[in-house]
Amino acid sequence: MGSKIRIKNMDFFYGSNQALFDISLEIPDRQVMAFIGPSGCGKSTFLRTLNRMNDTIPIARLTGTVEIDGKDIYAPKTDVVALRRKVGMVFQKSNPFPKSIYENVAYGIRINRMHKDRADLDQRVEKAIRDAALWDEVKDRLNTSAFGLSGGQQQRLCIARALAVQPEVVLMDEPASALDPIATQKIEELVVELKKSYTIAIVTHNMQQAARVSDRTAFFMLGKLIEVNPTEKMFTNPDEKLTEDYITGRFG
Amino acid sequence: MSNEAVHNRRKLISMVMTTLTAACAVIAIAILTIILTYIGYKGVAAINWEFLVETPKPVGEGGGIGNAIVGSAIMTLLASLIGLPIGIGAGVYLAEFGDKWFGSTVRFVADTLIGVPSIIVGIFVYTLVVLPMTRQSGFAGSLSLAIIMIPIVARTTEEMIRLVPKSMREGALALGAPQWRVTWNIVLPAAASGIATGAMLSIARISGETAPLLFTALNSRFYNFYVDQPMSSLTVQIYNFATGPFEVEHQMAWAATLILVGLILVINILVRMFTKKKY
Ligand SMILES: Nc1ncnc2c1ncn2[C@@H]1O[C@H](COP(=O)(O)OP(=O)(O)OP(=O)(O)O)[C@@H](O)[C@H]1O
Ligand SMILES: [Mg+2]
Repeated sequence: MGSKIRIKNMDFFYGSNQALFDISLEIPDRQVMAFIGPSGCGKSTFLRTLNRMNDTIPIARLTGTVEIDGKDIYAPKTDVVALRRKVGMVFQKSNPFPKSIYENVAYGIRINRMHKDRADLDQRVEKAIRDAALWDEVKDRLNTSAFGLSGGQQQRLCIARALAVQPEVVLMDEPASALDPIATQKIEELVVELKKSYTIAIVTHNMQQAARVSDRTAFFMLGKLIEVNPTEKMFTNPDEKLTEDYITGRFG
Repeated sequence: MSNEAVHNRRKLISMVMTTLTAACAVIAIAILTIILTYIGYKGVAAINWEFLVETPKPVGEGGGIGNAIVGSAIMTLLASLIGLPIGIGAGVYLAEFGDKWFGSTVRFVADTLIGVPSIIVGIFVYTLVVLPMTRQSGFAGSLSLAIIMIPIVARTTEEMIRLVPKSMREGALALGAPQWRVTWNIVLPAAASGIATGAMLSIARISGETAPLLFTALNSRFYNFYVDQPMSSLTVQIYNFATGPFEVEHQMAWAATLILVGLILVINILVRMFTKKKY
């Protein structure tokens, strides 16, 4: 299986503060890679380099290369809009639009003109909401404001919104941090299901979750990539002492 | 100093400060109440149907301010039609793309313009529009009102747009939305009620302007619906009534003031209703 994403010698700066140090990493196609590490170690920053979301931060600067499907996404001629369409993202904090539940999910489909007609749009919206394990809770109030949902429901709505545009890669920044165990389990099942057709990068603070859903795990600390290995090896017999200390809860 | 002395001192200072600020609040409200009551008391006697629909007549023959109400409405409407789109557009630009030197310049000019006395705007429009057209007109009046509006609307629009959380924009960008669609479909709707509030407040502000209209729209004794001719307005009519020598005129000035204050009050209440229906 080839690599979907290939990162070489990436350094990342917020102004004069370096947040990521010399990261080199490959994410295989149609696998789940989990990113773990203590708070502030740069997991969100790393994820956001993969869809160039850091472009919105004026002081952000990146060196090194990030290739997706063999193309450098930081090359000057890159179509950032097309890139983001292909690399979807679920943010750490849920961020629904000030629109109805239905329109939140329909938005990406509409702007990318993916639907044939209204019925097709309805179908796509329903499928995305079902995939995000939210359908039963909202099917009777699709036209009410998304702000009327609970925090966990809003987060699943944002997942549905990201899935609706059928990206190739899905970046998930702690998608289950605000969810109860049942919803979390549904999301985990979804992640496992999704990897049949998508490549997934998921940040999580929950070790069991990383162990359950991912094929490979990457461990970050203080902006450095300490270790990447198949998840099973990572959690049973890590190469690095730091990894073992973190996983066994000796710090962090 | 002993602990207790410090404690007592603190309590005293706190009490004095509370009393002082409370006194200021009472004075502020009292002034407003006195003004409003006085206007009501002086004005209400002269208000009747004839006063609301008739045009001004020679002193002692009654008459009214119907044409002034219509003139104010027309000029406020026309000023809004010119000023709101430009102001809102400029505000969107400042918020979304105004981080460079051009943005800072526009912002500086807008802030300066907000501080410029409105009579100067009147002189400006007088020179630029009235002199070439060789007469005062409703259009010239509307234009000066629009110029007063634009910087206010631009700056409030910018503030409102900046209040839209960054995360919401990022959510749309992450779906592959181009920048202009994010602004149009996500940011503007999210800021809409705030922008509407700013717009209404600026309308309330210009509906009380007199000085720029004296030079530009002048006045008219008749109902006039043509904006290329001099046009009456409530504020200028009040000025004329108030500066006249007769008591009946003064009474009409009070009555017209009452109407104007009432209209501004209505606009402000509408603003309140807009701000309430936030998410
Ligand atoms: N917009 C920003 N501007 C400047 N510094 C930032 C910005 N965002 C993050 N940082 C800094 O970069 C470092 C990495 O932050 P990041 O959000 O990537 O951590 P994280 O691993 O996602 O943490 P958490 O688990 O708490 O979400 C932190 O030191 C943080 O303070
Ligand atoms: Mg984070």
